Amino acid sequence: MLYGDGLSALLVCLSCLLGFCVHLYACAGDDQRGPFFHPLFMFQIMGINGAFLTGDIFNLFVFFEILLIASYSLMVHGGGKAKIQANVHYVFLNLIGSALFLFALGTLYGATGTLNMADMAQRVALLDAEQQLIAKAGALLLLAVFGLKAAMVPVHFWLPKTYASATAPVAALFAIMTKVGLYSIWRVHGAIFGDYAGELANVAQPWLWPIGLATIALGVIAALASQSLRTLISNLVIVSVGTLLITIYVHQLDATRAGVYYLIHSTLSCAAMFLLAGVFVSLRGKAEDRLVSAKPMPRAGLLGSLFALLAIALIGMPPLSGFVGKALILQSIQQPELQLWAWSAILIGGLAALIGLSRAGTTLFWNTSGDHPEASTIHPLQITAILLLVISLPLMVVFGGVLTELSDTAAQHLHRALEVETLLEASQW
Amino acid sequence: MEAVFAACVGFMSACGIFLMLRGHTFTLVIGLTLLSYAVNLFLFASGGLKIGAPDVLGASNDYADPLPQALVLTAIVIGFAMTAFAVILAMRGRSDSGNDHVDGKEPNLEWKEPR
Repeated sequence: MLYGDGLSALLVCLSCLLGFCVHLYACAGDDQRGPFFHPLFMFQIMGINGAFLTGDIFNLFVFFEILLIASYSLMVHGGGKAKIQANVHYVFLNLIGSALFLFALGTLYGATGTLNMADMAQRVALLDAEQQLIAKAGALLLLAVFGLKAAMVPVHFWLPKTYASATAPVAALFAIMTKVGLYSIWRVHGAIFGDYAGELANVAQPWLWPIGLATIALGVIAALASQSLRTLISNLVIVSVGTLLITIYVHQLDATRAGVYYLIHSTLSCAAMFLLAGVFVSLRGKAEDRLVSAKPMPRAGLLGSLFALLAIALIGMPPLSGFVGKALILQSIQQPELQLWAWSAILIGGLAALIGLSRAGTTLFWNTSGDHPEASTIHPLQITAILLLVISLPLMVVFGGVLTELSDTAAQHLHRALEVETLLEASQW
Repeated sequence: MEAVFAACVGFMSACGIFLMLRGHTFTLVIGLTLLSYAVNLFLFASGGLKIGAPDVLGASNDYADPLPQALVLTAIVIGFAMTAFAVILAMRGRSDSGNDHVDGKEPNLEWKEPR
Protein backbone atom coordinates (compact mmCIF):
# COMPACT_ATOMS: atom_id res chain seq x y z
CA MET A 1 0.00 0.00 0.00
CA LEU A 2 1.33 3.42 -0.90
CA TYR A 3 0.25 6.40 1.11
CA GLY A 4 1.20 10.00 0.59
CA ASP A 5 0.72 12.92 2.96
CA GLY A 6 2.25 16.39 2.96
CA LEU A 7 5.67 15.20 4.11
CA SER A 8 5.88 12.35 1.61
CA ALA A 9 4.76 14.56 -1.25
CA LEU A 10 7.31 17.25 -0.43
CA LEU A 11 10.16 14.75 -0.18
CA VAL A 12 9.16 12.97 -3.40
CA CYS A 13 9.23 16.37 -5.16
CA LEU A 14 12.66 16.97 -3.67
CA SER A 15 14.04 13.62 -4.80
CA CYS A 16 12.64 14.13 -8.31
CA LEU A 17 14.13 17.62 -8.61
CA LEU A 18 17.45 16.31 -7.36
CA GLY A 19 17.25 13.28 -9.63
CA PHE A 20 16.58 15.51 -12.66
CA CYS A 21 19.54 17.83 -12.02
CA VAL A 22 21.91 14.97 -11.20
CA HIS A 23 20.80 13.02 -14.26
CA LEU A 24 21.40 16.09 -16.41
CA TYR A 25 24.92 16.31 -15.02
CA ALA A 26 25.53 12.60 -15.57
CA CYS A 27 24.48 12.87 -19.23
CA ALA A 28 27.55 15.05 -19.81
CA GLY A 29 29.73 11.95 -19.93
CA ASP A 30 29.79 10.37 -16.47
CA ASP A 31 27.13 7.89 -17.55
CA GLN A 32 29.51 6.40 -20.13
CA ARG A 33 32.09 5.38 -17.56
CA GLY A 34 30.38 2.11 -16.75
CA PRO A 35 27.48 -0.05 -17.93
CA PHE A 36 23.82 0.28 -16.92
CA PHE A 37 24.05 3.72 -15.35
CA HIS A 38 20.59 4.90 -16.38
CA PRO A 39 18.55 1.84 -15.33
CA LEU A 40 20.35 1.70 -11.98
CA PHE A 41 19.76 5.41 -11.48
CA MET A 42 16.03 5.01 -12.14
CA PHE A 43 15.96 2.00 -9.83
CA GLN A 44 17.52 4.05 -7.07
CA ILE A 45 15.04 6.91 -7.54
CA MET A 46 12.23 4.36 -7.39
CA GLY A 47 13.53 2.98 -4.10
CA ILE A 48 13.87 6.45 -2.59
CA ASN A 49 10.40 7.58 -3.68
CA GLY A 50 8.89 4.29 -2.57
CA ALA A 51 10.45 4.60 0.88
CA PHE A 52 8.95 8.09 1.18
CA LEU A 53 5.52 6.93 0.05
CA THR A 54 4.94 3.65 1.83
CA GLY A 55 2.52 3.28 4.72
CA ASP A 56 3.58 -0.24 5.60
CA ILE A 57 6.70 -0.91 7.60
CA PHE A 58 7.62 -4.09 5.73
CA ASN A 59 7.29 -2.31 2.41
CA LEU A 60 9.63 0.28 3.87
CA PHE A 61 12.16 -2.54 4.27
CA VAL A 62 11.61 -3.69 0.69
CA PHE A 63 12.06 -0.17 -0.70
CA PHE A 64 15.17 0.25 1.44
CA GLU A 65 16.59 -2.88 -0.15
CA ILE A 66 15.71 -1.63 -3.64
CA LEU A 67 17.49 1.67 -3.11
CA LEU A 68 20.40 -0.10 -1.42
CA ILE A 69 21.04 -2.68 -4.13
CA ALA A 70 20.92 0.09 -6.74
CA SER A 71 23.29 2.18 -4.65
CA TYR A 72 25.72 -0.76 -4.22
CA SER A 73 26.08 -0.95 -7.99
CA LEU A 74 26.08 2.81 -8.59
CA MET A 75 28.76 3.17 -5.94
CA VAL A 76 31.28 1.22 -8.06
CA HIS A 77 30.22 3.03 -11.24
CA GLY A 78 33.41 4.17 -12.94
CA GLY A 79 35.53 1.50 -11.29
CA GLY A 80 38.82 1.79 -9.44
CA LYS A 81 40.35 0.33 -6.33
CA ALA A 82 39.22 3.12 -4.00
CA LYS A 83 35.57 2.65 -4.96
CA ILE A 84 35.68 -1.15 -4.51
CA GLN A 85 37.33 -0.72 -1.13
CA ALA A 86 34.82 1.83 0.12
CA ASN A 87 31.99 -0.26 -1.29
CA VAL A 88 33.10 -3.33 0.70
CA HIS A 89 32.54 -1.38 3.93
CA TYR A 90 29.32 0.18 2.69
CA VAL A 91 27.77 -3.06 1.45
CA PHE A 92 28.63 -5.22 4.45
CA LEU A 93 27.51 -2.61 6.98
CA ASN A 94 24.21 -2.21 5.19
CA LEU A 95 23.70 -5.97 4.91
CA ILE A 96 24.10 -6.22 8.68
CA GLY A 97 21.69 -3.29 8.96
CA SER A 98 19.15 -5.15 6.81
CA ALA A 99 19.41 -8.23 9.04
CA LEU A 100 18.79 -6.06 12.12
CA PHE A 101 15.87 -4.39 10.31
CA LEU A 102 14.24 -7.79 9.83
CA PHE A 103 14.82 -8.74 13.47
CA ALA A 104 13.15 -5.47 14.51
CA LEU A 105 10.21 -6.05 12.15
CA GLY A 106 9.71 -9.58 13.48
CA THR A 107 9.78 -8.27 17.04
CA LEU A 108 7.28 -5.50 16.32
CA TYR A 109 5.00 -7.85 14.40
CA GLY A 110 5.13 -10.35 17.23
CA ALA A 111 4.25 -7.66 19.78
CA THR A 112 1.63 -5.67 17.89
CA GLY A 113 0.34 -8.14 15.31
CA THR A 114 0.42 -5.62 12.47
CA LEU A 115 2.84 -4.07 10.02
CA ASN A 116 0.67 -1.16 8.91
CA MET A 117 2.18 2.01 10.37
CA ALA A 118 -1.13 3.65 11.26
CA ASP A 119 -2.53 0.47 12.76
CA MET A 120 0.68 -0.05 14.73
CA ALA A 121 0.52 3.52 16.05
CA GLN A 122 -2.86 2.72 17.57
CA ARG A 123 -1.91 -0.66 18.94
CA VAL A 124 1.34 0.30 20.71
CA ALA A 125 -0.68 2.41 23.13
CA LEU A 126 -2.76 -0.62 24.15
CA LEU A 127 0.02 -3.18 24.78
CA ASP A 128 0.37 -4.89 28.14
CA ALA A 129 3.58 -4.56 30.13
CA GLU A 130 5.28 -7.68 28.75
CA GLN A 131 4.56 -6.82 25.14
CA GLN A 132 5.67 -3.24 25.75
CA LEU A 133 9.16 -4.43 26.57
CA ILE A 134 9.34 -6.44 23.34
CA ALA A 135 7.98 -3.55 21.30
CA LYS A 136 10.50 -1.22 22.93
CA ALA A 137 13.35 -3.54 21.93
CA GLY A 138 12.01 -3.56 18.37
CA ALA A 139 11.69 0.22 18.28
CA LEU A 140 15.24 0.80 19.51
CA LEU A 141 16.61 -1.79 17.05
CA LEU A 142 14.88 0.19 14.31
CA LEU A 143 16.56 3.35 15.61
CA ALA A 144 19.94 1.64 15.21
CA VAL A 145 19.06 0.56 11.66
CA PHE A 146 17.78 3.96 10.56
CA GLY A 147 20.73 5.56 12.33
CA LEU A 148 23.06 3.47 10.17
CA LYS A 149 21.36 4.74 7.00
CA ALA A 150 21.21 8.29 8.33
CA ALA A 151 24.88 8.22 9.42
CA MET A 152 24.43 9.14 13.05
CA VAL A 153 27.19 8.60 15.61
CA PRO A 154 28.51 5.95 16.31
CA VAL A 155 27.55 4.26 13.02
CA HIS A 156 28.58 7.07 10.65
CA PHE A 157 32.13 5.97 9.85
CA TRP A 158 31.19 4.51 6.47
CA LEU A 159 29.93 7.80 5.09
CA PRO A 160 32.96 10.00 4.34
CA LYS A 161 34.88 7.27 2.52
CA THR A 162 31.84 6.14 0.54
CA TYR A 163 30.70 9.59 -0.55
CA ALA A 164 34.20 10.87 -1.22
CA SER A 165 35.12 7.98 -3.53
CA ALA A 166 31.85 7.75 -5.49
CA THR A 167 31.50 9.37 -8.93
CA ALA A 168 30.17 12.95 -8.68
CA PRO A 169 26.54 12.35 -9.80
CA VAL A 170 26.31 9.25 -7.63
CA ALA A 171 27.62 11.11 -4.57
CA ALA A 172 25.15 13.93 -5.28
CA LEU A 173 22.26 11.47 -5.45
CA PHE A 174 23.47 9.86 -2.22
CA ALA A 175 22.96 13.26 -0.53
CA ILE A 176 19.30 12.32 -0.18
CA MET A 177 20.00 8.80 1.14
CA THR A 178 20.86 9.91 4.67
CA LYS A 179 17.60 11.85 4.56
CA VAL A 180 15.67 8.64 3.88
CA GLY A 181 16.98 7.33 7.20
CA LEU A 182 16.00 10.55 8.98
CA TYR A 183 12.55 10.46 7.37
CA SER A 184 12.08 6.91 8.70
CA ILE A 185 13.07 8.01 12.20
CA TRP A 186 10.46 10.75 11.90
CA ARG A 187 7.81 8.31 10.78
CA VAL A 188 8.56 5.50 13.20
CA HIS A 189 9.88 7.19 16.32
CA GLY A 190 8.14 10.53 15.83
CA ALA A 191 4.71 9.22 14.86
CA ILE A 192 4.28 5.54 15.81
CA PHE A 193 6.27 5.83 19.03
CA GLY A 194 5.38 9.52 19.42
CA ASP A 195 3.40 11.43 21.99
CA TYR A 196 0.36 9.16 21.92
CA ALA A 197 2.08 5.80 22.35
CA GLY A 198 1.07 5.48 26.00
CA GLU A 199 3.85 3.94 28.08
CA LEU A 200 6.08 3.77 25.03
CA ALA A 201 5.69 7.46 24.19
CA ASN A 202 8.89 9.01 22.80
CA VAL A 203 10.89 5.87 23.43
CA ALA A 204 13.82 7.04 21.28
CA GLN A 205 14.01 10.60 22.60
CA PRO A 206 16.55 9.98 25.41
CA TRP A 207 18.94 8.59 22.79
CA LEU A 208 18.43 11.18 20.09
CA TRP A 209 19.64 14.14 22.14
CA PRO A 210 23.19 12.96 23.01
CA ILE A 211 23.53 11.23 19.64
CA GLY A 212 22.54 14.41 17.79
CA LEU A 213 25.05 16.51 19.71
CA ALA A 214 27.80 13.91 19.30
CA THR A 215 27.09 13.66 15.57
CA ILE A 216 27.56 17.41 15.18
CA ALA A 217 30.71 17.37 17.32
CA LEU A 218 32.40 14.51 15.45
CA GLY A 219 31.29 15.93 12.10
CA VAL A 220 32.86 19.29 13.01
CA ILE A 221 36.15 17.72 14.07
CA ALA A 222 36.29 15.59 10.92
CA ALA A 223 35.37 18.57 8.71
CA LEU A 224 38.25 20.58 10.12
CA ALA A 225 40.65 17.70 9.46
CA SER A 226 39.48 16.97 5.89
CA GLN A 227 42.18 16.70 3.25
CA SER A 228 39.97 16.90 0.17
CA LEU A 229 36.88 18.83 -0.85
CA ARG A 230 34.68 15.75 -1.17
CA THR A 231 35.64 14.49 2.30
CA LEU A 232 34.86 17.97 3.64
CA ILE A 233 31.38 17.95 2.08
CA SER A 234 30.76 14.42 3.39
CA ASN A 235 31.57 15.59 6.89
CA LEU A 236 29.28 18.59 6.47
CA VAL A 237 26.55 16.10 5.52
CA ILE A 238 27.18 14.43 8.90
CA VAL A 239 26.89 17.82 10.66
CA SER A 240 23.54 18.42 8.94
CA VAL A 241 22.36 14.96 10.04
CA GLY A 242 23.18 15.90 13.63
CA THR A 243 21.26 19.17 13.28
CA LEU A 244 18.23 17.31 11.96
CA LEU A 245 18.45 14.74 14.78
CA ILE A 246 18.18 17.63 17.23
CA THR A 247 15.01 18.88 15.54
CA ILE A 248 13.60 15.35 15.72
CA TYR A 249 14.45 15.29 19.43
CA VAL A 250 12.75 18.65 20.11
CA HIS A 251 9.65 17.17 18.50
CA GLN A 252 7.50 20.31 18.52
CA LEU A 253 5.50 21.33 15.47
CA ASP A 254 7.82 24.31 14.92
CA ALA A 255 10.92 22.15 15.12
CA THR A 256 9.57 19.61 12.65
CA ARG A 257 8.66 22.40 10.24
CA ALA A 258 12.13 23.91 10.53
CA GLY A 259 13.64 20.45 10.13
CA VAL A 260 11.75 19.77 6.91
CA TYR A 261 12.87 23.12 5.46
CA TYR A 262 16.47 22.53 6.50
CA LEU A 263 16.38 18.99 5.11
CA ILE A 264 15.40 20.29 1.66
CA HIS A 265 18.07 23.00 1.77
CA SER A 266 20.81 20.67 2.97
CA THR A 267 20.04 18.01 0.34
CA LEU A 268 20.12 20.50 -2.54
CA SER A 269 23.20 22.41 -1.42
CA CYS A 270 25.27 19.31 -0.56
CA ALA A 271 24.34 17.69 -3.86
CA ALA A 272 25.30 20.82 -5.82
CA MET A 273 28.62 20.96 -3.98
CA PHE A 274 29.33 17.29 -4.82
CA LEU A 275 28.62 18.02 -8.49
CA LEU A 276 30.92 21.05 -8.40
CA ALA A 277 33.63 18.95 -6.75
CA GLY A 278 33.22 16.51 -9.65
CA VAL A 279 34.00 19.36 -12.08
CA PHE A 280 37.09 20.27 -10.02
CA VAL A 281 38.25 16.65 -10.11
CA SER A 282 38.06 16.60 -13.90
CA LEU A 283 39.86 19.96 -14.23
CA ARG A 284 42.69 19.60 -11.73
CA GLY A 285 44.33 16.50 -13.16
CA LYS A 286 46.29 14.41 -10.67
CA ALA A 287 45.58 16.77 -7.78
CA GLU A 288 41.85 15.87 -8.12
CA ASP A 289 40.00 17.65 -5.31
CA ARG A 290 42.75 17.33 -2.72
CA LEU A 291 43.53 20.57 -0.95
CA VAL A 292 47.04 20.95 -2.38
CA SER A 293 48.69 23.38 -4.74
CA ALA A 294 47.96 22.64 -8.40
CA LYS A 295 47.79 24.29 -11.79
CA PRO A 296 45.21 27.11 -12.03
CA MET A 297 41.73 26.12 -13.10
CA PRO A 298 40.14 27.34 -16.34
CA ARG A 299 36.91 29.38 -16.01
CA ALA A 300 37.94 30.18 -12.44
CA GLY A 301 35.57 33.15 -12.28
CA LEU A 302 32.42 31.15 -12.96
CA LEU A 303 33.45 28.12 -10.88
CA GLY A 304 34.65 30.36 -8.06
CA SER A 305 31.36 32.26 -7.86
CA LEU A 306 29.40 29.00 -7.83
CA PHE A 307 31.66 27.67 -5.10
CA ALA A 308 31.25 30.86 -3.05
CA LEU A 309 27.46 30.80 -3.37
CA LEU A 310 27.26 27.16 -2.32
CA ALA A 311 29.69 27.76 0.54
CA ILE A 312 27.46 30.60 1.80
CA ALA A 313 24.45 28.27 1.65
CA LEU A 314 26.25 25.41 3.42
CA ILE A 315 27.62 27.66 6.16
CA GLY A 316 24.19 29.16 6.72
CA MET A 317 24.91 32.83 6.04
CA PRO A 318 22.34 35.23 4.63
CA PRO A 319 20.91 35.68 2.04
CA LEU A 320 20.61 32.01 1.00
CA SER A 321 18.36 29.27 2.32
CA GLY A 322 20.88 27.86 4.80
CA PHE A 323 20.43 30.96 6.92
CA VAL A 324 16.63 30.69 6.89
CA GLY A 325 16.76 26.99 7.74
CA LYS A 326 19.16 27.45 10.65
CA ALA A 327 17.28 30.51 11.94
CA LEU A 328 14.02 28.53 11.91
CA ILE A 329 15.67 25.65 13.80
CA LEU A 330 17.25 27.94 16.41
CA GLN A 331 13.95 29.77 16.84
CA SER A 332 12.02 26.54 17.32
CA ILE A 333 14.11 25.42 20.31
CA GLN A 334 12.32 27.14 23.16
CA GLN A 335 13.41 25.36 26.33
CA PRO A 336 16.37 27.24 27.92
CA GLU A 337 18.16 24.05 29.02
CA LEU A 338 18.10 22.76 25.45
CA GLN A 339 18.95 26.14 23.94
CA LEU A 340 22.36 26.28 25.58
CA TRP A 341 23.56 23.02 24.01
CA ALA A 342 21.64 23.04 20.76
CA TRP A 343 22.42 26.66 19.86
CA SER A 344 26.12 26.28 20.56
CA ALA A 345 26.32 22.96 18.67
CA ILE A 346 24.51 24.28 15.60
CA LEU A 347 26.41 27.58 15.55
CA ILE A 348 29.77 25.83 16.01
CA GLY A 349 28.76 23.55 13.13
CA GLY A 350 28.32 26.68 11.00
CA LEU A 351 31.69 28.04 12.13
CA ALA A 352 33.42 24.78 11.21
CA ALA A 353 31.80 24.88 7.77
CA LEU A 354 33.03 28.48 7.40
CA ILE A 355 36.62 27.57 8.30
CA GLY A 356 36.69 24.37 6.26
CA LEU A 357 35.13 25.85 3.13
CA SER A 358 37.23 29.07 3.20
CA ARG A 359 40.35 26.95 3.51
CA ALA A 360 39.20 24.71 0.67
CA GLY A 361 38.25 27.64 -1.58
CA THR A 362 41.51 29.48 -0.92
CA THR A 363 43.58 26.42 -1.76
CA LEU A 364 41.59 25.37 -4.79
CA PHE A 365 41.48 28.77 -6.49
CA TRP A 366 44.44 30.78 -5.24
CA ASN A 367 47.15 28.31 -4.21
CA THR A 368 48.20 27.66 -7.79
CA SER A 369 51.52 27.17 -9.49
CA GLY A 370 52.44 27.38 -13.17
CA ASP A 371 50.54 29.71 -15.46
CA HIS A 372 49.10 27.44 -18.12
CA PRO A 373 45.61 26.30 -17.30
CA GLU A 374 45.16 22.72 -18.37
CA ALA A 375 43.33 22.49 -21.64
CA SER A 376 40.15 20.83 -20.55
CA THR A 377 36.59 21.97 -21.01
CA ILE A 378 33.49 21.91 -18.89
CA HIS A 379 30.45 20.38 -20.52
CA PRO A 380 27.54 22.88 -20.67
CA LEU A 381 25.16 20.27 -19.22
CA GLN A 382 27.31 20.05 -16.10
CA ILE A 383 27.16 23.81 -15.57
CA THR A 384 23.40 23.83 -16.29
CA ALA A 385 22.77 21.13 -13.68
CA ILE A 386 24.81 22.90 -11.03
CA LEU A 387 23.21 26.25 -11.89
CA LEU A 388 19.73 24.76 -11.54
CA LEU A 389 20.56 23.51 -8.06
CA VAL A 390 22.25 26.78 -7.07
CA ILE A 391 19.31 28.86 -8.32
CA SER A 392 16.93 26.75 -6.27
CA LEU A 393 18.63 27.99 -3.09
CA PRO A 394 17.75 31.73 -3.45
CA LEU A 395 14.34 30.62 -4.75
CA MET A 396 13.85 28.79 -1.45
CA VAL A 397 14.28 32.18 0.25
CA VAL A 398 12.17 34.20 -2.21
CA PHE A 399 9.34 31.68 -2.00
CA GLY A 400 10.14 31.01 1.66
CA GLY A 401 6.54 31.78 2.67
CA VAL A 402 5.11 29.13 0.36
CA LEU A 403 7.76 26.62 1.32
CA THR A 404 7.33 27.11 5.07
CA GLU A 405 3.59 26.69 4.61
CA LEU A 406 4.23 23.44 2.74
CA SER A 407 6.62 22.20 5.42
CA ASP A 408 4.10 23.30 8.05
CA THR A 409 1.49 21.10 6.39
CA ALA A 410 4.04 18.28 6.25
CA ALA A 411 4.81 18.67 9.96
CA GLN A 412 1.11 18.76 10.85
CA HIS A 413 0.46 15.61 8.84
CA LEU A 414 3.35 13.89 10.58
CA HIS A 415 2.21 14.92 14.04
CA ARG A 416 -1.37 14.05 13.25
CA ALA A 417 -0.35 10.51 12.35
CA LEU A 418 -2.84 9.21 14.88
CA GLU A 419 -5.68 10.42 12.75
CA VAL A 420 -5.60 7.02 11.20
CA GLU A 421 -9.18 6.50 10.19
CA THR A 422 -8.41 7.88 6.75
CA LEU A 423 -5.31 5.74 6.47
CA LEU A 424 -7.09 2.59 7.61
CA GLU A 425 -9.88 3.31 5.19
CA ALA A 426 -7.32 3.67 2.44
CA SER A 427 -5.79 0.33 3.35
CA GLN A 428 -9.14 -1.40 2.99
CA TRP A 429 -9.04 -0.90 -0.76
CA MET B 1 9.36 -26.32 21.19
CA GLU B 2 9.63 -22.57 21.74
CA ALA B 3 12.76 -22.99 23.85
CA VAL B 4 14.53 -25.18 21.28
CA PHE B 5 13.54 -22.84 18.48
CA ALA B 6 14.70 -19.74 20.38
CA ALA B 7 17.97 -21.46 21.31
CA CYS B 8 18.61 -22.35 17.67
CA VAL B 9 17.96 -18.80 16.48
CA GLY B 10 20.09 -17.37 19.28
CA PHE B 11 22.98 -19.78 18.66
CA MET B 12 22.96 -19.10 14.95
CA SER B 13 22.90 -15.32 15.42
CA ALA B 14 25.72 -15.58 17.95
CA CYS B 15 27.84 -17.62 15.51
CA GLY B 16 27.00 -15.20 12.70
CA ILE B 17 27.95 -12.15 14.74
CA PHE B 18 31.17 -13.82 15.93
CA LEU B 19 32.17 -14.58 12.35
CA MET B 20 31.25 -11.06 11.18
CA LEU B 21 33.53 -9.52 13.78
CA ARG B 22 36.54 -11.04 11.99
CA GLY B 23 38.19 -8.68 9.58
CA HIS B 24 38.07 -10.86 6.47
CA THR B 25 35.46 -10.84 3.75
CA PHE B 26 35.28 -14.66 3.60
CA THR B 27 34.28 -15.06 7.24
CA LEU B 28 32.11 -11.98 6.88
CA VAL B 29 30.08 -13.55 4.08
CA ILE B 30 29.67 -16.80 6.04
CA GLY B 31 28.66 -14.85 9.13
CA LEU B 32 26.12 -12.86 7.13
CA THR B 33 24.67 -16.05 5.69
CA LEU B 34 24.29 -17.54 9.17
CA LEU B 35 22.71 -14.32 10.42
CA SER B 36 20.23 -14.24 7.56
CA TYR B 37 19.26 -17.88 8.30
CA ALA B 38 18.68 -16.84 11.90
CA VAL B 39 16.62 -13.85 10.75
CA ASN B 40 14.46 -16.04 8.52
CA LEU B 41 13.75 -18.47 11.33
CA PHE B 42 13.05 -15.56 13.67
CA LEU B 43 10.57 -13.99 11.24
CA PHE B 44 8.94 -17.38 10.76
CA ALA B 45 8.29 -17.60 14.48
CA SER B 46 7.11 -14.01 14.88
CA GLY B 47 3.47 -14.97 14.34
CA GLY B 48 3.63 -17.62 17.07
CA LEU B 49 4.49 -21.33 16.72
CA LYS B 50 1.70 -23.83 16.19
CA ILE B 51 1.81 -27.54 15.36
CA GLY B 52 -0.58 -29.10 12.88
CA ALA B 53 -2.45 -25.87 12.18
CA PRO B 54 -3.06 -25.06 8.48
CA ASP B 55 -2.29 -21.56 7.28
CA VAL B 56 -5.47 -21.37 5.23
CA LEU B 57 -8.46 -19.48 6.55
CA GLY B 58 -11.62 -21.57 6.91
CA ALA B 59 -9.87 -24.95 6.77
CA SER B 60 -10.03 -25.27 10.54
CA ASN B 61 -10.72 -23.12 13.56
CA ASP B 62 -7.09 -23.13 14.66
CA TYR B 63 -4.92 -21.73 11.89
CA ALA B 64 -1.31 -20.54 11.73
CA ASP B 65 -0.54 -16.92 10.87
CA PRO B 66 0.23 -16.88 7.13
CA LEU B 67 1.76 -13.39 7.04
CA PRO B 68 5.18 -14.31 8.52
CA GLN B 69 5.55 -16.95 5.82
CA ALA B 70 5.09 -14.30 3.16
CA LEU B 71 7.60 -12.09 4.97
CA VAL B 72 10.13 -14.93 5.17
CA LEU B 73 9.76 -15.59 1.47
CA THR B 74 10.53 -11.94 0.68
CA ALA B 75 13.41 -11.91 3.15
CA ILE B 76 14.92 -15.09 1.65
CA VAL B 77 14.79 -13.71 -1.89
CA ILE B 78 16.29 -10.36 -0.90
CA GLY B 79 18.90 -12.00 1.35
CA PHE B 80 19.94 -14.36 -1.45
CA ALA B 81 20.40 -11.54 -3.96
CA MET B 82 22.34 -9.45 -1.48
CA THR B 83 24.64 -12.34 -0.54
CA ALA B 84 25.34 -13.02 -4.20
CA PHE B 85 26.30 -9.36 -4.69
CA ALA B 86 28.45 -9.39 -1.56
CA VAL B 87 30.33 -12.51 -2.74
CA ILE B 88 31.10 -10.95 -6.14
CA LEU B 89 32.20 -7.73 -4.47
CA ALA B 90 34.41 -9.64 -2.04
CA MET B 91 36.04 -11.54 -4.90
CA ARG B 92 36.65 -8.29 -6.75
CA GLY B 93 38.17 -6.74 -3.64
CA ARG B 94 40.32 -9.86 -3.16
CA SER B 95 41.68 -9.65 -6.71
CA ASP B 96 42.26 -5.88 -6.44
CA SER B 97 44.18 -5.86 -3.19
CA GLY B 98 45.65 -9.38 -3.10
CA ASN B 99 44.14 -10.28 0.28
CA ASP B 100 40.65 -10.59 1.64
CA HIS B 101 40.90 -8.16 4.56
CA VAL B 102 38.00 -5.69 4.58
CA ASP B 103 40.41 -2.74 4.68
CA GLY B 104 42.33 -4.02 1.65
CA LYS B 105 45.50 -4.61 3.68
CA GLU B 106 46.40 -6.69 6.70
CA PRO B 107 46.75 -4.44 9.74
CA ASN B 108 50.27 -4.18 11.09
CA LEU B 109 49.80 -5.03 14.73
CA GLU B 110 53.46 -5.52 15.64
CA TRP B 111 54.74 -3.23 18.31
CA LYS B 112 57.54 -0.98 17.11
CA GLU B 113 60.09 0.30 19.60
CA PRO B 114 59.87 4.10 19.63
CA ARG B 115 63.19 5.59 18.55
